[in-house]
Amino acid sequence: MIGDKIATRMSYGNALKELADEYPNLVVLDADLAGATKTGIFKSAYPDRFIDCGIAESNMMGIAAGLAASGMIPFASSFAMFAAGRAYEQVRNSIAYPGLNVKIGATHAGISVGEDGASHQCLEDLGLMRAIPGMTVMCPADDVEARAAVKAALDFVGPVYIRFGRSEVPVINSEDYKFEIGKGHILREGKDLTIVANGICVSAALEAAAALSEQGIDAEVINICTIKPLDEEIIINSARKTGKVITAEEHSIIGGLGSAVAECLSENLPTPLYRIGVRDRFGESGPAGELIHKYQLDGEGVTAQIKAYLAK
Amino acid sequence: MENKDLKKLANEVRKGIITAVHAAKSGHPGGSLSAADMFTYLYFEEMNVDPKNPSDPHRDRFVLSKGHTVPGLYSVMAEKGYFPKEELETLRHTGSRLQGHPSMKYLPGLDMSTGSLGQGISAACGMAMAAKINKEDYRVYTLLGDGEIEEGQVWEAAMFAGAKKLDNLVAIVDNNNLQIDGPITEVNSPYPIDKKFEAFNFHVININGDDFDQMRAAFAEAKATKGMPTVIIMKTVKGKGVSFMENQVGWHGTAPNDEQYKEAMAELNGKVEE
Repeated sequence: MIGDKIATRMSYGNALKELADEYPNLVVLDADLAGATKTGIFKSAYPDRFIDCGIAESNMMGIAAGLAASGMIPFASSFAMFAAGRAYEQVRNSIAYPGLNVKIGATHAGISVGEDGASHQCLEDLGLMRAIPGMTVMCPADDVEARAAVKAALDFVGPVYIRFGRSEVPVINSEDYKFEIGKGHILREGKDLTIVANGICVSAALEAAAALSEQGIDAEVINICTIKPLDEEIIINSARKTGKVITAEEHSIIGGLGSAVAECLSENLPTPLYRIGVRDRFGESGPAGELIHKYQLDGEGVTAQIKAYLAK
Repeated sequence: MENKDLKKLANEVRKGIITAVHAAKSGHPGGSLSAADMFTYLYFEEMNVDPKNPSDPHRDRFVLSKGHTVPGLYSVMAEKGYFPKEELETLRHTGSRLQGHPSMKYLPGLDMSTGSLGQGISAACGMAMAAKINKEDYRVYTLLGDGEIEEGQVWEAAMFAGAKKLDNLVAIVDNNNLQIDGPITEVNSPYPIDKKFEAFNFHVININGDDFDQMRAAFAEAKATKGMPTVIIMKTVKGKGVSFMENQVGWHGTAPNDEQYKEAMAELNGKVEE
């Protein structure tokens, strides 16, 4: 329900279990992190369709490729750092190059991993995955969207990467939300500037838009769950209307949503753009909430960054 | 099939390798030739495959983990009837289905895209796992290089295969003793190979890679082995069948020029007449 708080990794685990009967070819793989990635929810209910590969992510991606080549739909899970980072080449060469029907559920993305620190806070995964030909890349914003993305990935034939978070995020979409891969959603209409956000930054963008409206700035907020293929139309149309675009993401400003939107606009409709994200640095240890605040990715931080940009 | 017929076929496979690599002006003849007898045995004696129905879900699977030796695989596939032998001359050419390393997207009958070493065996384990989950009785074969097993992922996969008791999986190691930079003992020795696989809960069989009787016995033993995967470590000679290529590390990834091509084909043609 709107307003509830739930981590998208929990939505991921719940969705896998909920969809298991509808998708009999679904098998779930993990690399010794089932408790953390929440694939353990599926494991408890369907132990025969759960494969623990142990702490060997590279091999897990190859196992997933072999399962997919044999007609199954594997969801391979680990932290984003290891799914997209450590096993990057296996994802590229064993999954994407042959175009195999493997789904990757990557949890614990971004600095909201918290106390574990920079070694576990992947800020580059969307860039890495986006660069691979034929890879569909999603970063859901809340529980409703995360569960819908898992189902959409199962219906889609081809490799898909979905990014989930460790920390609780507010539910912003209602249950009748119609999700479609490659389609963005305008959550708030406005005329003065466009905020394009994904993941945890969507609710921050909505908070920022509310704060800006108090100063007479009318911001449009677009949720882009599918970063590839990008909904270029919704972004270009909004940019044409507002003439200013801000991107907001819990990812490096290099390679992720900011880059994707910059590429889209500079080719189609050059528009002043500011990228909110992690500015070419590693994360650090600390409680997730404190880090999100420190890195100005919460509502207050996004608002402040937009104001600073507008004041330039 | 009798051994003498298998030998004839393996010689044809070797001719196809030389023809393809010569036409490509690049590629990997050494490790293709060392495994030519194994390719022949797998496709003509061991595996349940039908070139007319290459996607049959019940077929046995083959994953060429040492993907650079795909001229050997293409050659045996052409011999088996998956595609016309003339197509071998398109190897590595722009627009060819015969990519420099195997791409399953292009060529029906190729069970996995490989080339980045160490990755094929993982996919083979996935296929074997799928058979277990779906209660299918097909078997999965994967061929590795002895240099390739320096890759850590091979041992991640071996640990998985042993732990999950994938007795429908046969890994084959082409132990020709040479890798690009030199003898495997000098580069970064993977020996003892048999003890390593044994420690990873494999049933280990050592054979000579040019002896069809030993292959026949080894695969029968693998089939009879329950509760654990099997590895067949075969002693081979890199470049086998073409005298000037044998045991020469320089022929790992070099194509013969026109003169060398003629010489190699003359030698192989001579063997047919014998």
